[in-house]
Amino acid sequence: MTNQNLALRAELIALQDLYISTLDSDRLEAWPDLFVDDCLYQIIPKENVDHGFPAPLILCDNKRMLRDRVISLRHANIFAPVVYRHFFSGLVFEQDGEAIRMECNYLVISTSLEGVSTVYQAGTYRDIVVRIDGELRFKEKHCVFDTSRVQTLLALPI
Amino acid sequence: MIDEVFNPQELVSTDGSQVAYEVFSSQEIYDLEQERIFRGPVWNFLGLEAEIPNIGDFKSTFVGDTPVVMTRTEDGGLAAWVNRCAHRGAMVCRELRGNATSHNCVYHQWSFDTKGNLLGVPFRRGQKGQAGMPPEFKPSEHNLHQLRVESFRGLVFATFSAETVPLEEYIGTTMGGYIKRVFHKPVEYLGCTRQFANSNWKLYMENVKDPYHASLLHLFHTTFNIFRVGMKAHCETDENHGLHSIIMAIKENQDAEAGADYKEQKIRSYQEGFELEDDSILALIEEFEVVATNHIQPIFPQLVVQQIHNTLVARQLLPKGPDKFELVFHFFGYADDTPELRKLRIKQANLVGAAGYISMEDTEATELVQRGTVRDGAARSYINMAKHQDGQTDTLITEKLIRSFWTGYRNLMGEVATGAGA
Ligand code: FES
Ligand SMILES: [Fe+2]
Repeated sequence: MTNQNLALRAELIALQDLYISTLDSDRLEAWPDLFVDDCLYQIIPKENVDHGFPAPLILCDNKRMLRDRVISLRHANIFAPVVYRHFFSGLVFEQDGEAIRMECNYLVISTSLEGVSTVYQAGTYRDIVVRIDGELRFKEKHCVFDTSRVQTLLALPI
Repeated sequence: MIDEVFNPQELVSTDGSQVAYEVFSSQEIYDLEQERIFRGPVWNFLGLEAEIPNIGDFKSTFVGDTPVVMTRTEDGGLAAWVNRCAHRGAMVCRELRGNATSHNCVYHQWSFDTKGNLLGVPFRRGQKGQAGMPPEFKPSEHNLHQLRVESFRGLVFATFSAETVPLEEYIGTTMGGYIKRVFHKPVEYLGCTRQFANSNWKLYMENVKDPYHASLLHLFHTTFNIFRVGMKAHCETDENHGLHSIIMAIKENQDAEAGADYKEQKIRSYQEGFELEDDSILALIEEFEVVATNHIQPIFPQLVVQQIHNTLVARQLLPKGPDKFELVFHFFGYADDTPELRKLRIKQANLVGAAGYISMEDTEATELVQRGTVRDGAARSYINMAKHQDGQTDTLITEKLIRSFWTGYRNLMGEVATGAGA
């Protein structure tokens, strides 16, 4: 993954930035729209990926499931209020036919109501991005996390 | 000494309906549990045979908070040993999973076979005329600490104690029957997810024996107006010590429909309020003789067998200190799953675990109890729901499984103390 196309690189960084800003500013209702309709989104521990095991923490195989997640976490699920801040680094990508494969590290710092900030999750985004009506959207987003011990619970998207 | 740490009279009422909060935070009680429970006369769940199918396969895990390794031996059998070098105590196995026919300690390279027997000691006979180990050194006296291991329907258990009754007897006929329901044919391992909670492990035991909270804490079904028609509850404990139990939500009129029309028949959504856009997450392909949406079966102290819709999990409960535990959700399917069924099992992983639609709140609740009770060790909980109707097995509005658990716990923990006339 050593693509030198700087214009595309800028676009991909902008997409990743938009993704993170949508989550961190609590605009979760807009989050599904960063995906295509028949998308694949999953959060899966790296230990499973390394061993070829499929068990995920979250797996959505279409955009409707993403919207269901948001409605559920807004209205059904009970969890302590928490703020996430996402950071990403080390972005690489390559063209794969019409699609673009992109990978980068991510880090999620969570801050509790009491004001304690901790590293909640570190991992890599392994994404497939496509262009729909001129806009880049996620066809697949795999959040492969190193922090296999999930502290307490995971309610918000990564 | 011991009597002072665990005085059953003060901590747990005989009928298990009142428990002093100290049992959730005391370091002394936690240490005593490691000795009397996890190293005592119980079988601790280590994992699935399907995790270590080939000779030399191993997995690192725990009995209580003691690190142990389970292995597949050369003769195809199972072994487990404490992961503490017989030389000077270093952890021998440093990987989570792998395959090896010998395990070498990195510190001074003592090596052990899959059963934990000592194979070799570098410089045992010295070097260039210099001394090695003393002449009386016998390798066979320096094996790793080996545990008794047995498996039941592919579930692997270990015990430290020579006193523990055989596994099948420990599980009991009733609970054995329910395990066979889920483990009725060869399984395939699908990986694990882990969840860590800042609360005492027994709060999770209470939780999986508590059908009362199901529709009150977990609001998923009610929020999406999902009504489960024709469901029958079943709650039961084992016949011996009351520490194992089962909660099932059974579909009553089983004969009529196959999985495809489950949606029409069994789930009705109101027009108002919220609706799931993709309700395949609640599909139920019928694959058991008794069709149930939920089967939650703790086998004390480290296992919860779970079938929720078509997702199958062996949950491993590991204490990590008085106020910490880890849950490992071992997902599995059947070796003969069709691709569609396998896909559904994996999709329904969304229901359970740390991000589970109908389970993520459990650790939230256990942490709230931990925080609420931290300074009130002598205060007691009130566990009386349906106490005057203890024989009832067909209700979810009961706390009888929790009471039975505490009575069994009291017996295990209090044995020496009562014997000594506490
Ligand atoms: S501590 Fe293991 S070889 Fe010395
Ligand atoms: Fe629960």
